[in-house]
Amino acid sequence: MSLVAPLKKVRRLGSAKEGTHHWWHQRLTAVALIPLVLVFAGLVIALTGADYDAARSIMASPFATIVAAVLVAVLFYHLLLGLQVVIEDYVHGEAAKLVMLTLVKFAVVIVGVASMWAVLKLGFGG
Amino acid sequence: MAEFTLPSNSKVTEGKSFKAEGAKNSRTFRVYRWDPDSGANPRVDSYEIDLDECGPMVLDALIKIKNEVDPTLTFRRSCREGICGSCAMNIDGTNTLACTKGIDEVKGDVKIYPLPHQPVVKDLVPDLTNFYAQYASIQPWMQTETPAPPDQERLQSREDRAKIDGLYECILCACCSTSCPSYWWNSDRFLGPAILLQAYRWLIDSRDEATGERLDALEDPFRLYRCHTIMNCTKTCPKGLNPAKAIAEIKKMMVERQG
Repeated sequence: MSLVAPLKKVRRLGSAKEGTHHWWHQRLTAVALIPLVLVFAGLVIALTGADYDAARSIMASPFATIVAAVLVAVLFYHLLLGLQVVIEDYVHGEAAKLVMLTLVKFAVVIVGVASMWAVLKLGFGG
Repeated sequence: MAEFTLPSNSKVTEGKSFKAEGAKNSRTFRVYRWDPDSGANPRVDSYEIDLDECGPMVLDALIKIKNEVDPTLTFRRSCREGICGSCAMNIDGTNTLACTKGIDEVKGDVKIYPLPHQPVVKDLVPDLTNFYAQYASIQPWMQTETPAPPDQERLQSREDRAKIDGLYECILCACCSTSCPSYWWNSDRFLGPAILLQAYRWLIDSRDEATGERLDALEDPFRLYRCHTIMNCTKTCPKGLNPAKAIAEIKKMMVERQG
């Protein structure tokens, strides 16, 4: 049985005085993803039946490149925020949580940068 | 990690069965029982109750069981009219007050468990120490720097008074908080719907002058932002209140003060 005062347990180390930006950015990116995903899906559908060179030239257009680049940026930022919440919800124990958060953030950044590189390479015809 | 299975000493076993002899209109109440002194696992006892000899509410049946069938049954109750919040428990899978839940609202056997995910003191009595400490932590009293007028009370317009309708009625029965999965996984840090509704009650009180300090204390990834709008709180509230909306209003205030 713990003899730590219940109020001390509840107050812990005090309020972090943050979390609003995280929450707000998650909402903003969620709203932004609706048109971005729709437009990108339209682009992908427009590629139906096109051969490799035609698909490449459509995706290399400034419009397609910008849509894909913004989509990748917003999507991976949204993913980063969302996965952080999932881990904070379910992983208890400070050490395990820190390791998981670090690994997941590294992974998201690496995959996100790789995706962005692919989009830009296509866009600039490298 | 969050736990999704019960530890072996918490697995619920089948308990005793009590029959209602000669009853024409009977109903079975299946009640969670756990005695800290016995060292045994929790069990579910079945009590057949003659509804012709029993009041209409689930609490009436529990009192009848304790008085006439099994005096060892332990539960909290006081006002028996939905104003004290003592008899909050999980009935037919939903957290509610036994005194305002009609037996006829339940189809089949009436299954009664303590509020979910709280330590059990005995039978249907949960340990709400953490919940009450969380309530104390939001400083649920009026905070002002301006002294009260010497010759009268602090005045409040009818419109401002109306803002705390739907909030002041909260009786802190803990039905909402203990129905919230976020509270199940993180009740050590997340304040939960009941306490956040109470916090909002003070945030919008026209006489309270500590709004900024109150928001500072709530602005935390866990205290406030563990709420993921699951809405179990609003669905289960036996008083028909809307804690989810109160939490959304707090989140709006947080964004608003950012600029």
